[in-house]
Amino acid sequence: MHEKTIALGEVATARSGDKGNHANVAVIAWRQAGYQFLEEFLTAERVAEFFQGLGSSHVDRFALPKLGSLNFLLHDALGGGASQSLRIDTQGKLLGTALLDLQLPVPDNVTEMLRGNS
Amino acid sequence: MGTGRAIKKMTLRIANAAGFWGDWPSAPRRLLETTEVDFLTLEYLAELTLSIMASQRKKSPAAGYATDFVTVTEDIVSLLQTQSQLKIVTNAGGLNPISCARDVGKVLAKCGLGNLPIGVVFGDDLLPQMDTLTKEGCEFLHFDRGEPLGTLREKVISANAYLGAEPIFRSLQKGARIVITGRVADASLTVGPAVHQFGWAWDDWNALAAASIAGHIIECGAQATGGYSTDWKSCQLANIGYPIAEIGSDGQFIITKPDGSGGQVTRHTVTEQLVYEIGDPAAYVTPDVIVDFTTVELAALAENRVAVRGSTGREAPESYKGSLAYADGFTASGQLLVFGKDCVVKAKVVAGLIEERLHQDGIELARMHTELLGAGDGLPGMRPPPDDLPEVMLRIAAYDPRREAVAAFARQFAPLITNGPAGLAGYAQGRPSVRPVYSYWPTTVPKELVFPEVQVLDADHWAKTPENN
Repeated sequence: MHEKTIALGEVATARSGDKGNHANVAVIAWRQAGYQFLEEFLTAERVAEFFQGLGSSHVDRFALPKLGSLNFLLHDALGGGASQSLRIDTQGKLLGTALLDLQLPVPDNVTEMLRGNS
Repeated sequence: MGTGRAIKKMTLRIANAAGFWGDWPSAPRRLLETTEVDFLTLEYLAELTLSIMASQRKKSPAAGYATDFVTVTEDIVSLLQTQSQLKIVTNAGGLNPISCARDVGKVLAKCGLGNLPIGVVFGDDLLPQMDTLTKEGCEFLHFDRGEPLGTLREKVISANAYLGAEPIFRSLQKGARIVITGRVADASLTVGPAVHQFGWAWDDWNALAAASIAGHIIECGAQATGGYSTDWKSCQLANIGYPIAEIGSDGQFIITKPDGSGGQVTRHTVTEQLVYEIGDPAAYVTPDVIVDFTTVELAALAENRVAVRGSTGREAPESYKGSLAYADGFTASGQLLVFGKDCVVKAKVVAGLIEERLHQDGIELARMHTELLGAGDGLPGMRPPPDDLPEVMLRIAAYDPRREAVAAFARQFAPLITNGPAGLAGYAQGRPSVRPVYSYWPTTVPKELVFPEVQVLDADHWAKTPENN
């Protein structure tokens, strides 16, 4: 078991938005090695657990390996969506920034994942 | 491919300089002053914008479109005069494209461009035909839940189909230099000009898919060029450039931005926007084509130039996406700054006071939501508040079907100045306003029941259109 952790934001950026009452959070790895690491460790379950406070019913994960990206669809995560939500963030704009704090086990080849010439 | 000159001729430059109603007012002028494009697209309609326009149109029959576009037209009219190649495609028409064309026509006529042809696309507004559509068997089933619209029908304030690129194409074929639409799919604003230029068949799925992806990437303005990036530190945002797609005759394209502008176009910024607000990336549905994003590859060609290749698509769906909005109660939100080392506890007490006083008056609100902003509540339930904050912003939002109940909630904030605890500030904005809620009802409508129409007339002609038309 790995002892140290690394923040997702070290190896990727993220962007989130709304689709009705669903939120999408896409994670874009800086480098291919980072994508392979995330494909293994950044599971739908892990993202669902991270965002459990939002009350999402379930999370789907879609892979875009050619773009080094994973897209997460958080169903019913926005408290009613843009029109009905009483939250300050009616459209899930903060989710991407938040997810970058997710801690993952430090992989052996972490230096190949950090931002470089992408 | 031939000579460099031939390549240039076969490339269509399409820019976007508005990603929503309220985007940077000077972006279109800044873009056109620094680079030459064939088409400028301006996108103004989010999911709920049409319901806002519907309530505006209720108050004034001449309202109900994105008035930003009139201001933009005033700002760029001299560039329309000097750049003869420039055409504009926009969905600013909203619920009232005629009104939009009239007001834009007036601006152009006043500036000596009265003979400029403006095309208007109609047919997306389904509200007048909802009864007919119901008779034809359209139940307006909820896109996610499958339920029929039922009795919500009488509360519907706007109903629109997301039209595709074809009526935009048709307007351009008829010579329009400005095309004003109501609700069309955002990507179609780009697909229409591309089909007009290259003459693709409407079942050339890969070409349509490529142009749709180009449209998807540029439709949110600066979000493709470094805006809304979590890597915001790595580029200069003050004079951020808005995106340009250089589309080739097979639909494959390059994303770039004006030379000398801020922001950046890298594989990373383009990818960030490719994956924005999508569900299944293998099936991005537009009225023109179903696009597969998973086959797409990016290549950095030079600084701020990224090639997008390998786009694939398949047959367009048989239905249009429909977007209905219905009146669904009232909402208000109020804020108070709560100061002091016990601010977190105090903020919760203040929230409790508001609830208790409403209760004493016999008012139970259907929903209330309390946030301690500054303590991490921007995303609720993610973490407990830290205990050493100097201050928090208490924000409370309420919803109820009854306007009066929400108005009573809005009246609870000001009295706390004198009958609440010390250390509260921020009353200056006055009583929170009570707003109607329009809820979103996504659905589908069979294409054979929707009839997109276009009308192309000179600016002078539109300017003289009577106001109650």
